[in-house]
Amino acid sequence: MNFAKNRTVSTVPAAKTGLPVWMMGLVADRLRADANRLLAFLFNQGILDEQFLQLQQLRDESSPNFVSEVVNIHFHESEKLLRNLRSLLMDREFSGYNKMGIHLNQFMGSSSSIGAKRIRNACFAFRAASEQNSRAGCLRALELLEHDYCFLKNKLHELFQIQQQRVLAAGARYPMQN
Amino acid sequence: MGWAAEPKFHILAVVDSIIDRKLIERLLKTSSYQVATVDSGTKALEFLGYIKMAQSTQIHHLLLLIITGFMEVEVNLVITDYCMPGMTGYDLLKKIKESSSLRNMPVVIMSSENITSRITRCLEEGAEIFFLKPVRLSDLSKLRPHMLKTKLKDHNQKQEEKTAFQSPKQQKVQQQEQQQQQQSNNNKRKAIDEGLSHLRRTT
Repeated sequence: MNFAKNRTVSTVPAAKTGLPVWMMGLVADRLRADANRLLAFLFNQGILDEQFLQLQQLRDESSPNFVSEVVNIHFHESEKLLRNLRSLLMDREFSGYNKMGIHLNQFMGSSSSIGAKRIRNACFAFRAASEQNSRAGCLRALELLEHDYCFLKNKLHELFQIQQQRVLAAGARYPMQN
Repeated sequence: MGWAAEPKFHILAVVDSIIDRKLIERLLKTSSYQVATVDSGTKALEFLGYIKMAQSTQIHHLLLLIITGFMEVEVNLVITDYCMPGMTGYDLLKKIKESSSLRNMPVVIMSSENITSRITRCLEEGAEIFFLKPVRLSDLSKLRPHMLKTKLKDHNQKQEEKTAFQSPKQQKVQQQEQQQQQQSNNNKRKAIDEGLSHLRRTT
């Protein structure tokens, strides 16, 4: 790869990244590969489904952060729901299978809306346990749900970070090109 | 209110979950619809200016203007979740179809559960379409014909109301104007066709 030939080589570092402009091409490619690899992983593991891709289609210049905004709202809601579920189950005078059902339906709905397939399935299992009035089963299901949720949250934050970096990289590059 | 080249459609979305509300709003805006969202059936009815007694459309429009501050006072379609606390989407559908002023409003129901009896019930009650969630962009393109149909029906109805109040002389004048308009439209169409065929011949 010969960079010097057709480009104006600049050793002036691009704003925000501290890297010279000619390196930005490499960085952008690497970031794109990282994002794709992460997404492929999440799809192959059944953690995300097609709905997540549908969300990506809704991003545009007027709403570049649409997906991360929606997902962050989902996380906020999810954490509230998980706390409620746990406190319901931990209650010594436990009898709230109905109430749990309502929380679960909400959780299922919003997970489904953002394409969080594994979480939605974990909710199904939880609901089944609650319909059998099995407190032990519900506790197990809740732990699995909490675990899956944490995993998803970390991975999606990672993805959004990569996407943010891509935006920065693109923004730093183009003003410098002739 | 004139007819622009692309008629603008106003959709009221009734969704209680904040995520789904944000999603449907974005989906609708991306499909070039004007959107208003509310989080309950009761708020939807308020928004629509639901009035139990039969009222003229003028008052209906005025109330909407006050409540919503919309310049263009019009809702062309209501899209609602089925499962909502309090008033369900089905209840809302029923109320709309039972109302004399809102009966013609197209209503679309969304649900995450594929229950045949639920779907049948909604369609029988007068819902135009039943969407399974998550709703896709491609689903929303199906809304347009339902809104166009109703817009045309309303337009014709208003024309009829107008002529009903006119004197025979005014009616005749309006008929002539309509014929002239029709004629000029035909001429325009002919000119465009000829222009196009000229293009076709030369290419």
